[in-house]
Amino acid sequence: MPFFEILGYGFIQRALIAGTLIGLLCALLGIFLVLRRFSLIGDGLAHFTFGSVALVLLCGVSATWVTYAAIPLVLIGALGILKLTSSARIHGDTAIGIVSALGIALGVILASLSGGYNVDLFSYLFGNILIISRNDVLLTAALAIVVVAVVALRGRAFFAVAFDEDLARTSGINTGRANIILVLLTALTVVLAMKLVGIMLVSALLILPPVAALQLGRGFLPTLLLAAACGILSVLSGILASFALNLPTGGTIIVASFLLFVVAALVGRWRRG
Amino acid sequence: MPMILLQAEELHIAYGSTDILRDISFQVRTGDYLGIVGPNGSGKSTLIRAMLGLVPATSGAVRLLGQPLAQFSDWQKIGYLPQRLSFANPHFPATVEEIVRLGFIDKHGPKRRIDASEARHLEEILTRMGIIDLRQQLIGHLSGGQQQRALLARALVGRPALLLLDEPTTALDPETREDFYAIVKELNRELGTAIVLITHDTWNIGQYAKRFVYLDKTVIFDGTFAEFCASAEMTSFFGEHSNKTIYHHHGEHC
Repeated sequence: MPFFEILGYGFIQRALIAGTLIGLLCALLGIFLVLRRFSLIGDGLAHFTFGSVALVLLCGVSATWVTYAAIPLVLIGALGILKLTSSARIHGDTAIGIVSALGIALGVILASLSGGYNVDLFSYLFGNILIISRNDVLLTAALAIVVVAVVALRGRAFFAVAFDEDLARTSGINTGRANIILVLLTALTVVLAMKLVGIMLVSALLILPPVAALQLGRGFLPTLLLAAACGILSVLSGILASFALNLPTGGTIIVASFLLFVVAALVGRWRRG
Repeated sequence: MPMILLQAEELHIAYGSTDILRDISFQVRTGDYLGIVGPNGSGKSTLIRAMLGLVPATSGAVRLLGQPLAQFSDWQKIGYLPQRLSFANPHFPATVEEIVRLGFIDKHGPKRRIDASEARHLEEILTRMGIIDLRQQLIGHLSGGQQQRALLARALVGRPALLLLDEPTTALDPETREDFYAIVKELNRELGTAIVLITHDTWNIGQYAKRFVYLDKTVIFDGTFAEFCASAEMTSFFGEHSNKTIYHHHGEHC
């Protein structure tokens, strides 16, 4: 099939638009998560999303509304993860490990109660671009506008918090509020990204493009822009490669972003001599 | 009468039933240079963090520039150099200039844009700290001494009235350490910036600080270094040969 003919399909168009936006969202938020050493929060949120989706499906919510019904649950889970990670008695990665395991355990139990793993649940676990609707694209676009605005207006504050939280607090930054905003926006992104790359793989999209950009970036803004470019390139090349090679889209996107990371790491090493 | 910049009133900090600091009261005024020393675990770093609201006080009060800590918002007036930073990634994507610029603060936090006079001041500070040629280097690629200079520049660029330094010379070699103390002394003498410096480096701080506090969960001594040398606390802290040690380091007795 000629390449340009692919672009004529409605589902491919929706996947490419939503994918571009999700690549951008994951990169813009992921760079702060990686620098804050919150990378695993994406994983914890994804696993919690699995439990939430399983609950929503058990409640008989139709496929059209699963994403929207899962959002409030995942936002509550995000605040719970943040609360646990800031606890003095439980280390951050331990807290995320607890929530991840709980999310998966609840998901498995709820999926079993609803008659086992069906096509719907697998679509959310591993992604299925065929189920990306027009409303999903519009919702993702709205979230992208919010995230770009937040990064444009408060990116310097997020950057200061990522550098050193105590220094940021003594610069008058409300670091608690900055962390809540970052984690809630990430939770929304994880939910919206699950149809594209799947719950199991979404955290990789939050980590790999930013880490690729960190191999090459000099300065905060260039690195942020580079991460955005890496995120978008990973998703677009992954979608098109998966269609051309008849491979699962989610997995292909993550492999594409990993290859981009390898190239960035090699170029970075070569530049540093 | 110089203005009171920092005031601790009967400050008490405990974790559970363990006292970390008790009954701490002192003031820092414009132009002061206060050195705080004490043994490991004496609560020095906790004290400086409590002064900035980074550690909650169990009881007592802290006032910054006359305002209770909870209501304080004029952070541009306060410079802080922590003992260690949370960033450890050598690829942290910030240049020296970007880090120093974070010191320009308004009521929302670090300023997004700086004006021409602030840009000139930035140049002056980078030059004064001897890091002007490193401005486009990544902060993680600098040596420990260069990083300290960059962070001191960040703390100074907002023209603070009060500078709080928590063991700033721990990772520095002796030559860089002397250099660092000289810069801080110059700021205190020329600009009147009040300094609160926590250190294990008693010999150096004795030379530079105008006032000397010996802390061991509470304030044991508060006076000049010469008074401290003559006091009983010195013998208990440094041992009976302390005078000879100071002579060996600085060629003079207390």
